[in-house]
Formats: sequence, C-alpha cells, structure tokens
Amino acid sequence: MYKGRGTLNVGHDNSCLNNMKELLKLEGIKKYFSAKGDNILRAVDNVSFSVKEGEGFGLVGESGCGKSTLARLILKLIPPTEGKIFFDDLDIVEAHGETLSKIRKGLQIIFQDPFASLNPRKRIVDAIGEALIVNKIVPKREVKDRIIELLKKVGLNGDTLYKYPHELSGGQRQRVCIARALSVNPRLIVADEPLSALDVSIQAQIINLLEDLQIDSNLSYLLISHNLQVIEHFSDTVAVMYLGRIVELSPTEDLFAEPLHPYTEALLSAVPVPEVDKRKKRIVLEGDVPSPLHIPSGCPFHPRCFKRFKPCEGEVPALKEVKRNRWVSCHLYA
Amino acid sequence: MAQILPQPILLTEEIKVSFTSNSKTLKAVDGVSFKVFEEDVLGLVGESGCGKTLTALSIMRLLPANASLSGKILYKGEDLLRKPESELRNIRGSEISMVFQEPMTSLNPVFTVGYQIAEVLTTHKKMNKKYAMKEAVELLRAVRIPSPEIRIKEYPHQLSGGMRQRVMIAMAIACRPSLIIADEPTTALDVTIQAQILELLDSLRRENKMSVLLITHDLGIVAECVKRVEIMYAGRIVEEADVRDIFTNPRHPYTIGLLESLPKKKGQRLTPIPGQVPRLSELHQGCKFSTRCRYSINECNSKEPELIPIDNTNHRSRCIKAGEL
Repeated sequence: MYKGRGTLNVGHDNSCLNNMKELLKLEGIKKYFSAKGDNILRAVDNVSFSVKEGEGFGLVGESGCGKSTLARLILKLIPPTEGKIFFDDLDIVEAHGETLSKIRKGLQIIFQDPFASLNPRKRIVDAIGEALIVNKIVPKREVKDRIIELLKKVGLNGDTLYKYPHELSGGQRQRVCIARALSVNPRLIVADEPLSALDVSIQAQIINLLEDLQIDSNLSYLLISHNLQVIEHFSDTVAVMYLGRIVELSPTEDLFAEPLHPYTEALLSAVPVPEVDKRKKRIVLEGDVPSPLHIPSGCPFHPRCFKRFKPCEGEVPALKEVKRNRWVSCHLYA
Repeated sequence: MAQILPQPILLTEEIKVSFTSNSKTLKAVDGVSFKVFEEDVLGLVGESGCGKTLTALSIMRLLPANASLSGKILYKGEDLLRKPESELRNIRGSEISMVFQEPMTSLNPVFTVGYQIAEVLTTHKKMNKKYAMKEAVELLRAVRIPSPEIRIKEYPHQLSGGMRQRVMIAMAIACRPSLIIADEPTTALDVTIQAQILELLDSLRRENKMSVLLITHDLGIVAECVKRVEIMYAGRIVEEADVRDIFTNPRHPYTIGLLESLPKKKGQRLTPIPGQVPRLSELHQGCKFSTRCRYSINECNSKEPELIPIDNTNHRSRCIKAGEL
C-alpha cells in the first residue's frame, strides 16, 4: 500500500502511483446539450485524464463548470457527444449487457444529498439489500449478515437495519449511501460533493471513513468538490475545471504549493483560511462565470483573467505539460 | 479623567426562544447574551440547528408565530421586545436590516430589482417613486453592479447568484442602517464570488460606519472577517472571545473540536467530534456538549456550567475545565 495515515510519505512526484495501472481513462470527452433556439451548451469540452488504481483523484471547480456532468458520463448515466471512456480497459460508452453490469459493479457513486438519494419508503435493509440481491453478490440467506457487516464497516450499528431514512441524521444517511456503494465491492467510487450537505464536525468523520476504506479495500476515488481544503486533504492528483475544460492538472501538493494557471491561483486565494495571522493577498476576480451557452472566444477564462494578454482572446490554449507531471492550459506557458 | 466606555449599539440579554410541540417545550435558544459595538463585526458561529438563525430572527422579531420569545434586546438602549409592531416596522429595514442566505428566495420574482430597492426608500424615507428609482441606480452602483441603469429594469431570474446577493445588499444599505445582520450571506455562492461579496460588505461597512452581525458556519470566513466571536452549541453560547483567541487559544472542547475537524494537509489524520448534535427534545440537564466531549467528567452530566471569564479577560467559556484545556 503506497499510502498510510501519515506513516508512509508519498513524496512529491507520486512515483509509487506512476507504476500503478490506469483504472479509469477518459479520452477527449465532450458533452454538448442543445439548448433553446439553435444554441449549443458545451457542458464538458474535450476532457482527458486517468485515475490510477488506489489513487484519490480530485476534480474541483465552481458551479456550472461541468464536474457533475462528467460524473454522470463516467457512470454511463448519459452518453457523451464524443470521446471514449475506459474502465479497467473496458469501453464504457459501448458497453451493454454483461460487460456493462461488470463495469457497474466496479464503479459506484455517492451523491451530494443523502436526503434525496435514499428512497424514503425503503428501510435501510432493503436499500442496501437490493444491490446485493440484484447483483447476486451473496446468497439470499446471507444477505442480512452481509448488510450488518457493511453497516459496521461504515460505523453504524445493527439497529440501523430496520430504520427508514427519515429516522437518521444527515451524516448517518451519508454512511448508508457509502455502505450501499460498497456492497458490490467496487474498485472506484465517484463521490460527487459527498460532504457539502454536512456540518464540519460530521464532514471530518466522513473524510476519515473514506480514507480508512481506501486503505482497507484499495479503493480509488474520483472526488468531485468545490471545497479546496477537502480536495487538498484527500486527493493525490487534482484537476481544476473551468467552463467544461480542464485548465490545470497536477499532483495535489504541487498545485497547492504553486498554482500555475491564473484561475487556480485566484481560486486558491479566494478561499478564506481558518487561521489568524496568515492574511494573504486575495485575488478578487472580476465578474461572474460566463454562461456555458456563450463561452468566450479564445481562452474561456480570459475576460476574468488578471494576467491576460494578446493571444488569450484569439486562441484556446492547449493543455500542455509545462513541468514534470504538471499540465496547464494557458498562453503564459506557451 | 474617567474613560468613556463605548456603548454597544445592540445588547441582548438572555434571549430565549422556545417552541411547544405535543405539550413538550423545546428550547431552541436558551439564554443568549452578547453585545455589538459601533463599527464592530460580531460573528455568531455554529453548526446547523444550534440556534444562530433563530437568534438573528428574534432581534428583528421575525420568528415564526408558534415561537415564544423572552429576554431583552436593547437597540441603542431601547428594548425592541417592548416596542409595538408599528414602531418595529420603522426600525426593520431602516435602522437594522438583514441579508439572507438564499438570494433567490428572498427577492420577489415578479417585480424588477429596481422596484424592490425603490420600495424600501418609498416606505421608509417617504421618497417619491421617480426619485427612489434614481437612488436605486446609485445603490446598485454602490454595490458594484455594472451598467446599473439597465440592470434596474431586470427581474431576479435574469441575474446570477452573486448579482442577486448584491441586490439584497443594496436593499439592506438603502436607508443607511446602523446594523446589518448577515445570515450566511455567501453560503449559496462559489468561492470566487464569495470573495467579491465579503470584500464588498467590508468596504460598505467602513464607508457607512455600520456594525455587522455575521452569522456563519465557516471558520475561514470567521478568521478573515470577524473581530469578536460567539460560538454557539445547542442554543447556547459556549465560548466568547476575540477572533485571535478563538484560533490560537480555544478554551471550550467544542471549539477545539471544530478546529480539529478542519481538513488539514494530506496524510494528516483528522480528529472529528464523535457522535452528533443532540436533538432538542433529548437535552439533559448537564453540559449539553458532554455526550460528545473527550474531556468530560462525571460532574459535567449533572450541572450545566456558566459562561465564565478566563483569567479575568473578556475571553469566556462555558466549561468547568476551561482553565486546564
């Protein structure tokens, strides 16, 4: 195991990860929606990255940047307009029948709102049991024992079994959602803002739980969040998205130590730090994120960028490796 | 010569808010007292359900009809709880105004933003409509909305979340209030927009010499924007101190727990607060935090500690072990 609770140092270059197998791979993924009139909404535009086995991959960006659309594409809840997605070398986009059910077992999701993602009329035993029975994970008579085992794993006791979601708190419900995702023994969990509906003290409990599970079951995570502190704490690699594109992709430590893209820089500086005496210069961006219906020409970030210069208006910068393992899409590094 | 002590603009004494359900009384806010001084920023901090919003609403006397409220709320020396509703209407929006969390639900979707801002002025300042509209343009300019002459004719749905919150702030400052109560003003917004709004609130506060009561759960915002902090738990203030002391020398186990729960650098294990906030119907007589507290001793379960000063300073904590932590 390359990662422990601070016992093993991962090091700067994630070298242990370099040898790991690519579990999830996205190649030039695009998702366009047609909108009112003849407009096209470019929700995700030409996104490529890969998540290695055992890796924590963080996807960060503001609302409307396409991060949740990306999660839905990966889970094949919606088809991409263009591009390919591979899970364990299986083509997700083309998959159907048995291949698809194999992929679905290996790839699970935890949603943001634990209130909306559990059926209010199903007891916990039924909610988790369904996944076990449908996927024939264990024989029927062992289902109950297995559920108790899963609940224990996520820190809930057996009493929870016959409760309905409304009898549980937000944190407990999120634990149930995690247990349900774990029930099919997945290898990668896509967690779409799993903490934002929870209070700080509960957030820390869930973060610790997710980390423990990663170590115990060699899980990979694709963590989607707007919370930079959570991303910094949790992930090995980060991708920063802006208006449907990845603007920076880098090992987490490097990105937080020295953000290269101006948007990343502004994003990091905008986060209020819970420390006194550490007042830093805040870069306040002008204006709002433009609508994805009218993405600005050239670099999509240029109208708000504080470092813009001539070429930014004309040409979309390509995502290039400007330092070792550090990918940036910005004309400053051309 | 005797020093003239600064007078608090707002002083609350023992605010209690309770609800009666199934013949049981639930005390949602239980004895909250604090002071807001002129040009001060006081932070009311806590997790959901701790009573921070109810405290704010009780200052404005905007609590739901089934709530009962007691205590004293002195605004510039006058008790708001003893004022007739008609007088209170004059204070709300002109002397004390409020910015809410969700700008979409707090603006009326069927009126233009200009109309809604002008309404504040025609109601409180008895301005005529034409003049109020002109003033509304100036207010939008003050909250840094570009091309305010055009924006004034737009409806809330045509504006982004950040713009809407700016409109809310324009309405709040329209009558130059002495106190703004901002209840999680940036929680619904993205970080880059949050930075804009916090900067705006702070510069308006300086320009107009206002005081701000800022309600938030975000300790980052507390560290950057607030001068004095009240930490709330289960309807009570559990710690009160200047912002520096809260972060460098926390003296209540709950505050310590909150700080330890914050995500740290990679690889550093977090120390969460175990368990969850107790339900209002299940509060026992002792310290309300004792069930989750790692420092708790037998005594904690029998008697609730008072909020007492530490070493005779203005740093106060509601914990019997405050001196040892």
